[in-house]
Order: sequence, then C-alpha cells, then structure tokens
Amino acid sequence: MRIGFTANGRPVVADDVWEGESLLYVLRERLGLPGSKNACEQGECGSCTVYLDGSPVCSCLVAAGQVAGREVRTVEGLAGEDGLDPVQQAFLDAGAVQCGFCTPGLLVQTHALLERDPHPSDAGIREALSGNLCRCTGYEKIMDAVRLAAARRSTRTEVDG
Amino acid sequence: MEFLRPATWDEALTLKAELPQAVPIAGGTDVMVELNFDRRRPPALLDLGGVAELGGWESDGAVVRLGASVPYTRIIEELSGPLPGLALAARTVGSPQIRNRGSVGGNLGAASPAGDSHPPLLAAGRGVQVEAASVRGTRLIPIDAFYLGVKRHALEPDELIRAVRIPVADGPQQFSKIGTRNAMVIAVCAFALALHPDDRTVGTGLGSAAPTPRRAVEAEEFLAGALAEGGLWESGGALDGAVARRFGELVAAAASPIDDVRGSAQYRRHALAVMARRTLAWCWAEYGERLERSAA
Amino acid sequence: MGAPGPRGVLRGEKNLEKITTDHPHGVGASAARPDGILKVRGEFAYSSDLWAEDMLWGTALRAPHARARIRSVDVSAALALPGVHAVLTHEDVPGRRTYGLEIEDQPVLAVDQVRYHGEPVAVVAADHPETARRAAAAIAVDYEVLEPICTEEQALDPARYGYVHAPAEYRGKAAGNVLHRQRVVSGGGVTDAVRARADVVVRGEYRVGMQDQAFLGPESGLAVPAEDGGVDLYVATQWLHVDRRQMAPVLGLPEEKVRISLAGVGGAFGGREDLSMQIHACLLAQRTGRPVKVVYGREESFFGHVHRHPATLRYEHGATRDGRLVYVDARIVLDGGAYASSSPAVVGNAASLGVGPYEVPHVSMEALALYTNNPPCGAMRGFGAVQACFAYESQLDRLAAALDMDPVELRQRNAVREGSLMPTGQRIDSPAPVAELLRRVKALPLPPAAGPDVRELPGALSNSTHGEGVVRGVGYAVGIKNVGFSEGFDDYSTARVRLEVIGGEPAAMVHTAAAEVGQGGVTVHGQIARTELGVERVTIHPADTGVGSAGSTSASRQTYMTGGAVRLACEAVREALFARGRARYGWTHDDLSLAGGKVVSAADGVLAGVAELLGGEYVEETRVYRHRPTQPLHPETGQGFGHVQYSFCAHRAVVDVDVELGLVRVVELAAAQDVGRAVNPSAVVGQIHGGSVQGLGLAVMEEIQVSEGKVRNPSFTDYLIPTILDTPPQPVDVLELADPHAPYGLRGAGEAPTLSSTPAVVSAIRAATGLTLDRVPVRPEHLTVQRPPTG
Repeated sequence: MRIGFTANGRPVVADDVWEGESLLYVLRERLGLPGSKNACEQGECGSCTVYLDGSPVCSCLVAAGQVAGREVRTVEGLAGEDGLDPVQQAFLDAGAVQCGFCTPGLLVQTHALLERDPHPSDAGIREALSGNLCRCTGYEKIMDAVRLAAARRSTRTEVDG
Repeated sequence: MEFLRPATWDEALTLKAELPQAVPIAGGTDVMVELNFDRRRPPALLDLGGVAELGGWESDGAVVRLGASVPYTRIIEELSGPLPGLALAARTVGSPQIRNRGSVGGNLGAASPAGDSHPPLLAAGRGVQVEAASVRGTRLIPIDAFYLGVKRHALEPDELIRAVRIPVADGPQQFSKIGTRNAMVIAVCAFALALHPDDRTVGTGLGSAAPTPRRAVEAEEFLAGALAEGGLWESGGALDGAVARRFGELVAAAASPIDDVRGSAQYRRHALAVMARRTLAWCWAEYGERLERSAA
Repeated sequence: MGAPGPRGVLRGEKNLEKITTDHPHGVGASAARPDGILKVRGEFAYSSDLWAEDMLWGTALRAPHARARIRSVDVSAALALPGVHAVLTHEDVPGRRTYGLEIEDQPVLAVDQVRYHGEPVAVVAADHPETARRAAAAIAVDYEVLEPICTEEQALDPARYGYVHAPAEYRGKAAGNVLHRQRVVSGGGVTDAVRARADVVVRGEYRVGMQDQAFLGPESGLAVPAEDGGVDLYVATQWLHVDRRQMAPVLGLPEEKVRISLAGVGGAFGGREDLSMQIHACLLAQRTGRPVKVVYGREESFFGHVHRHPATLRYEHGATRDGRLVYVDARIVLDGGAYASSSPAVVGNAASLGVGPYEVPHVSMEALALYTNNPPCGAMRGFGAVQACFAYESQLDRLAAALDMDPVELRQRNAVREGSLMPTGQRIDSPAPVAELLRRVKALPLPPAAGPDVRELPGALSNSTHGEGVVRGVGYAVGIKNVGFSEGFDDYSTARVRLEVIGGEPAAMVHTAAAEVGQGGVTVHGQIARTELGVERVTIHPADTGVGSAGSTSASRQTYMTGGAVRLACEAVREALFARGRARYGWTHDDLSLAGGKVVSAADGVLAGVAELLGGEYVEETRVYRHRPTQPLHPETGQGFGHVQYSFCAHRAVVDVDVELGLVRVVELAAAQDVGRAVNPSAVVGQIHGGSVQGLGLAVMEEIQVSEGKVRNPSFTDYLIPTILDTPPQPVDVLELADPHAPYGLRGAGEAPTLSSTPAVVSAIRAATGLTLDRVPVRPEHLTVQRPPTG
C-alpha cells in the first residue's frame, strides 16, 4: 500500500508498504531516516521514540498505515538551521553518549519532557525517561545532560524573553 | 494482509462484520508486538485511529463513559478524580511512550491476565460495563462476565469495543502492582481495592494471579461484613489488625497463580496478601480523612 | 567529572611518565567524541542502518530444541515462495563447516544435530524481511528430539547421560564433557595441617545466573559480493581480524578476499566477540550475487550471541581469630553451553583471580567449564572474574560476621598491595591500592533517607509501598580483574599514523582496526595523536582490515594496546619528521618536540613549522605494539606470570529493601577505582558508571532463564535490564597511580567496576534483611517466600 505523511516538516510518500510494517521500518528502510533505532521492537526500550502529532511514541508499535496524513518528527528533525537543539548539545557536553544507540530515543523523549516541564525534578526526569533503556552509561551522565539542557533552555528563554 | 482504515464507527462495524478475523488496532502496543515478533498474521488490521469518538470520554457525574482508545496518559491527567483506581493503574502501564498510545479498550481486547487496567475495573463495582457493538446493535457486558480465559473475552467475532462505562468513585480506591524492576514492568501480580460507602460494599481486582483477572469475592464480603459489624462505615474508626490480615489471606486464597519467568505462584499469593493489607490501610486512612472533612 | 578527592596529589607521587605536552584536547583531557555530533543528529551509520541498491534480507531458521538429531531438512517449499532468492543449509557451505574463537567446534549451520535451543539450521535471502521470515517458516526440519544434558551432574556423568560432542571431536584440553579445567595451588595447597591453623572457617555455595550483554544495537551487517570473487562485509563486531580468520576458511576464500569494515556498533560488552551473522550474510551474498543485509530482532539476538557463564562456586575460607586469611579452598564450575567460544580463557580468569584481591598463604582452586546443551557462553564484561567476585566477596562478608569484625576492615587487613604475591606466584609489580579504594568509598557521606515520593521507594512507580516494610542496608565489595589477553597469548595491536598538511595546517590521520563499540577508543586515539604530534586536527580513519589487527575490544585492553600502538606510530612519525629536518637543515638538537604545529627545541625554541617541513608530502608510519609477554599457567598448579596488569575497583552500595515484598531499590552506588592514568576522565567515569550498573542488574534482575535447555525469556519484556529509575546516583572517585609498564601509566578500566558492584549490592540487601543470599540475581521470592537461612 501507499502511505503519505509529514516527516520532519516535509511531505513524504512510501510505496509498496507491507501492511504489517511499523512506522519505524518505513522511516528507516523506505524514507532514509534511520536515526530512530530498532533495539527491541516491542516498546520496551524507547530507542525508536518519535513524535507523532506532537506526542512521543514508540514508532515500532505504530502500524505504518496508521500515520497516513499525520505528522512525525524524528531525531533527524530536532536540530534547527542554526545548529543542534540544546538537548542534543547537552548530551554531547555531559558525556551522555557512548555507543549512542539509545541516544535518538532519549533525545526525543527528553525534548518532549522539557517542552512539558521546563524545570523537572530528578524524580520527574527519571519517571519521564523510564521507558528509554541505555546499556552503556549507567544513566548518570544522562541525568546530567537533562539537567544541563533544562538549565540552558531556561537561560535562553530568559534572554529571548 | 489488508489494512482497513474506517473513517467512522459505522464503517468500522461494517468492516468487522464482513471480515470478523480482522484484528482491531488502536494504540498498537499489543498488536504490533505480536506482528513484530511473528506471533500473529491476521488477514487484516482494522485501524480504529480514524474513529474520533473512541478517543474521547464523557461523564454525567455518576458514570464515566470512557472511549475505547483514550490513551492512558489522558486517563492519568484527566480522570484521576472520578476514576482514581484506574488512573493509578494507568500510571504503572509500560513506559510514558506506551501510555501515550495504549488504552483500556486495547487492554480489554487483549484480555491478558496481566493487563493493568483489569483489576481497577473489577474493583470499581458491578456497574462497570463493556460497551460491545456490532452491526447487529450494542450490548453491555458486565465486567464480571467479560473475561473468559487466558486472552479470551466475551466479545463476538463481529463485535468491537466502543467504550467502558465506569461508575464514578464513591470512596477511596487504590492500585498496587509488583514488578521486579522499578519501572516498565509487566505485573508479576497486581491488586486493586475500592471502597464503596454508598452501598457499603468492597470491590477487589486481582491481576496476573489466575487465568483471567478476577475478584476476591469472599474477601470483599468478609471486609464489608467486618466494617458493617464494627460500625466502621459510620465511625471511620481504626481497623483491627486481624481484619486486615484476614482480608489479605482471603485475597491470596482467591488467586490461582502459576509459576512462570516473572515469579512463582507462592510469591504471587504472598505479595497479594501484602498488597491487600497495604491498600486497605491506605484506603481506610483516606476514608477516615474524608469522614473527618465532611464532619468538619 | 564527578571525581572528588585528592587525585592530583596521588598522581604526583607516582607519576612516572612525563606527558610531552599539555594539549587541551590531548591525553588527560575530557575531549569530545569525534562521532558525537553524528550520533546526536541520528546520522551515525550503525550496522543495522546500512543499505545497498538491490539488497536482499537474510534471516536464519533456528532450532526449537536443545538437543536433537536432524533426520532431514526440506527447503523446497521455502525456495518456491516468490521473492526468495536463496535457502542454504550446511551442504551449501563451500569450505570448513565449523568455526570458533579458540576451538573450532561450532557449525556454521547445523549438520546432523543441534546442540542448543536457537542453533541456526538454515539461512534464507529474500527481497523483504517478511518474505524471508515466511520462507524460514516454510523449511521443514525433521528432528529426533533427545534428552538434553543440562546440569553439572549430567555433564560430569557422560557414561549415563552422553556427550554433547562425540568423544572423537574433543579438541584442545577438552575431554568428556569438560571443556577446560585449570587448577591453582599455592603455599603447598590446603592440607589438614593448614586447616588446623584456622580459628574460624566459613563455607558457602554460590550461584550466578546467566547474564546477557543486552547491548542495544542488535547483531547486524551488510555483505556485498565483490568482483574478485571475494566479499566486503560491513558489520558491528569487537575484533575485525579474528572474524576474518574464522570466516575465510568457511567461505573457501583467502583472507585477503574477505574485507571487513567496522559499521557503527551499538554496544558490545563481550557479546560481539564471537561470530553471529557474519558468515551467514556472506554465504547468502556469495550465492545470490547481491548485497545481503541481516538484522537480528531482539529475540534472535538472545539466541545469536554467547552469554555470561552461569556458575556454581563452592568456597571454604579459613582465617585466624584476628582476621588474617589462612587459606581458600574453592571449586568453580562454569556452564559453557554447547560450544567452546572463549570458555578456556574464562576458566583461566576464574581460577587465577578466584581468591580476589587478597593475600592468601594457601590456595587450592579448581575451575572448570562444562559442555552442556544450554546456550553457549563466552565473553561478557568481567569475563570469569565476575562470578568469582560474587563468591569471594560473599565469603568475606560471612567471615566478617563470624569474626564479629567490620567487613571493610577485614578486607583491608588482607588486601593485596604492590609487591604482593598472587596465588599464581605472580608478584604484583605496580600499584594495587585495594585498601585505599575501600577507605575512600567508606569515607563518603551516606545518602539521606528516602523522601515521601513513591518514585524513590522500592517498587517505585508501581505503588507497592508508601514506606511500609522499607529497610535500608549498606554493603561493600572490591574486586580484581586482569587487563589484556593473558596466559602467554601473543597480544598486540597495530596503528598507522599519517602526518600531512591540509589547508596549510598539519593534520594527522590515525588508522587502526580497533572496534569502537561506544567506549570512546576513537576519542582516545585522537587525543594521543594530538599530544604526541602537537597538532589540532586529527582524523580517525574507519576501522577495517586494510591495516593490521588491533586485537579485540575486550579485556579492558584497547586504550592500553591500541593506544600504545598509536603512540608508537606517532613517535615514529615524529622521528621521521625530525630526521627530515636534520637532513634538510642540519639540526643537531636532541631536545626536539612537536607543539602547536611546529618543531620546537627546548633550548633554541621554534625551529620550523611542520607544514614547511612536509611541503606537499606526508609522513606515514605503521607500528605494532605488544604488551610485555605473559606465560601460560601451569595446568596442575596454575603457577606462572599469567597476567600483564591488574585492575581494581571498590563499591559501596546503599539499598532500600521492602522486606515484606522482597523489592529492592538501590539508593546509591559509590565507586572508587584506580585507572593509572585517566586518558579521558569523562570517558573513564562513564565506563565506571556503565559497568557498575551492569553489575547492579546482575544483582537484582538480570537472568536468562533456561529450563531443560530452553530459553524462556528471550525478550526485553522478560529479560529486564535496569531503567533510569532503577539506577541511583553514583559518586565516583578516580585514582591515578601510574603503572610503569603501561603507556602513559594507564590501567585498563572498563571491566573492574562490573565485578564488585554485584556483591556490594547483595551485601547491602543482606544487611537490610539479615538473609544469607547466595545466589544472583536476587529475586523477590528469595527475600520472602523462599528465604534462605538468616546469617
């Protein structure tokens, strides 16, 4: 079947999609957007997290046919023309990236957290990121990265405002 | 495999009638796992995402009519007041991403004994009804009659779940679940408790403790009896430790758990008793506070 | 970096090497990852992201039985499916049909029998993964199912239960179902006379469950057939050259026609040291003449790589009344599963490190690995030392209790130090600050009691307690791990470094075959080149077989070994450059260095710019680095200079246990580790955090459950690894006591933290519950309804 939707602000179309394919497969294998990762394909790791109509979801558990006409934003769509999103920069600066396979999902989920709650508590960060497994970092530097991103975003907002 | 995308509820019912083996999919959090893991190859997927009314809820103050595909995140954010037990359970479902997609309708459709929403639905009282619809019409299935076996439910092949009707809580409700990890776990076992001061009854629900979610009827009756006998519904007075212990024992006795990779039958019984005692203590403390507040 | 404490002072005391420059992004700096920006943009190409025009998808059919004879395989229905391009069985293997890291006992595709649940029987290539899956399902295999050999008792009684491999097939030191055995006897062993000298004796039998590496990026790669009849493979692995060494004979190709490039690796932790999809993808590419991509799903990943050996460890410790160890008598039995993998080396580690970082006058130790019909086990972070550490540290706790002594003090009293003798007779000839590491973790302030937020309580989000039943406990542990390949292995790494001028600026390119698996090797190589060559710009060439072997990214060895090779190659480049200057300008200085893109004499200052000296040419040098040689361990006594370096880490764990429900939340996990020299402090701390949490996982949740040889939980639903809510704050104290034998004085750091975190967490649970707890992972049952005795 043919599926059309918006990916990172651009209209995209995928042809010959098998009906059982996930959004994740279509992004990775048909649309040249392999940034979202395929680590468990059962919603237990968060590596494939994308925004679907503004809400972070596991793209492995969304049937491709379900996104027809909808808006998807992936890790590839986080950076702006002026460079990395503050969340991306904070993950780099805090040393929160090792193998990096969990990173795309964590970036999207963290981005969504800070949109919803710009000043999360540590417990709030842990609850919000509890669906994103990381096997390399032991999460300490991920906590650092989220705190750093939150601090920088609030500084930026104050300056802008 | 076909992919069916009805735009309206009527169209969805028509398609389901034409192809009863079509598997309805909303959040996808169960169905897609089965597809990805090559466990299931249905002839068609019936995408309910385009049917707007499934994604909303309404309340007349006495009953909430919860659309089948309202995601757990919205239940937590919007229904903690009227449906506290369900909202507590919703917060323990999978991960935040899963809670953005998964729904009570999906939980019911999968009818897994481990589904987190079943225990609070069972505890919420006999007024809970599953609204099952087909081209033949709509029927209301009492929640007690819904679960038939492991992953089997009372829907006819041509029926779809439109909504669940849940009475607004008239008393404290609690939900507690065991997982061997501090987040993102399928229940080793789970327990829901609801006190119903209006008719002086007690509701319970057990998860991952039997082939189907089930109530601990004897425990409910025992507790309701003990509360009535002591005049405790009126006084809100302290619960005897022996009552709580007996309640826990009866809850554990109502289970018929198995040994599996997530836990042993013996542990499940033990944990159910502990959760029953604790949730009872929490509910009773809350009930006492409510009485005090209304007296003041 | 979160490293409190006076580490600078300690480094000053022991700093044996002068770092040539203080380059801001050189050795000792927390330099940024060169692949970091690509990774956060989602543009880093992992092995599962590869794509080629016209490519096919490969998949394997795996055995549903742990032990069975194959009567027949019928692939005709699979081949008949539209979109299927090849279905291969063992009959289609052009060369040798078996492979293996140490012993070539593992069939590429099952021949006449299967020996473990999940063994590959056939492979399929098709134009869509779903087509490939349907084709695999259409292959008809007729099995005669046999009773599997699963337990120690069964494996050690082949006369009754049979052999996993036919007796004639046993290779190396294997015999019967014993895959490998190593004894270590020191001080004349543990005789009756020795036993009589002990005032206090404690015994224990400990068990360690089967842990999985659970790297997030599943096994995957792309094989592309080449015009010369060879194959180009892009794959996530830990050791390119050992993959090639095993692959070429199977594919019937000379090694030079098997070209392997490292694709992006999503974690490894030992699980990629053995082959997985490499040969299968290449066979399918050879047969179809088209590129073939293979990507395991999570379930297949659990079947597709080796795991950490489950172990049974029986220990007896004797000590004097004042807490001096007199002897350790121990037997460690490791379940190797169906194929050898790296079991012999795992056994060597368990045996030689099995008493821990303690001075023990009399040791009698035997470690062995068994062949069974359980899943094959091999390398995982900690490699034989993890299992032993859980047992000996549990014993030390037990001994402390028997002596009524503080467990940290008991450990410090017996701790090895520089100059101590290991049970193998090897003298520790570099710093071994075991007592100091323990002192440091103990001196840290304790975390405050849990607050009212349920997310901070055991059970956390599941609302299982509001504080009822919650008891806090504190526990300590320390461990010892070897660094690098041991027992006489010719361990080396190769680096090629080029210095050239790009855009008027000197630039270095570093080319090695070292597998970057996430640890940050590529960062460190760049730092070394900057420090040694005084340049800013460094390019890391993709790792491939176009340069000599770098050895494995395992055994905590890559910063030491490939770091050492990069430094050697840089020194050679530097010397070549100086020689050029001497020839051209007649320099006679012996005080030259490179800094800021210039050749500098200590006496005369800047002599020339590198760009000027090079002109349009470049200097390129390739060097091989070897660590000092080790010796094989004597088979009966275990004596020998077996290990090149030791690595130490200590942990303090603070836990809250809901003692009624048996649920645990680790509240804080503090670590102190000596890393010799922190080449990249941020990356070192990241290794300690990550390794510690893998140990935490083993302590409380991680286990592949196998029953009658069948894997029961091959998914992330039921094989649980810690989430961010299971993981506590982790203060880390890094010591830098230089090892005079190692490049920059560094000490391999990646594995030691995985050892001691497990026993520290369990010790804390013991403190909270009063239970003995001799098995990991500790499950809620073990704390409640199946309680072991208190003690």
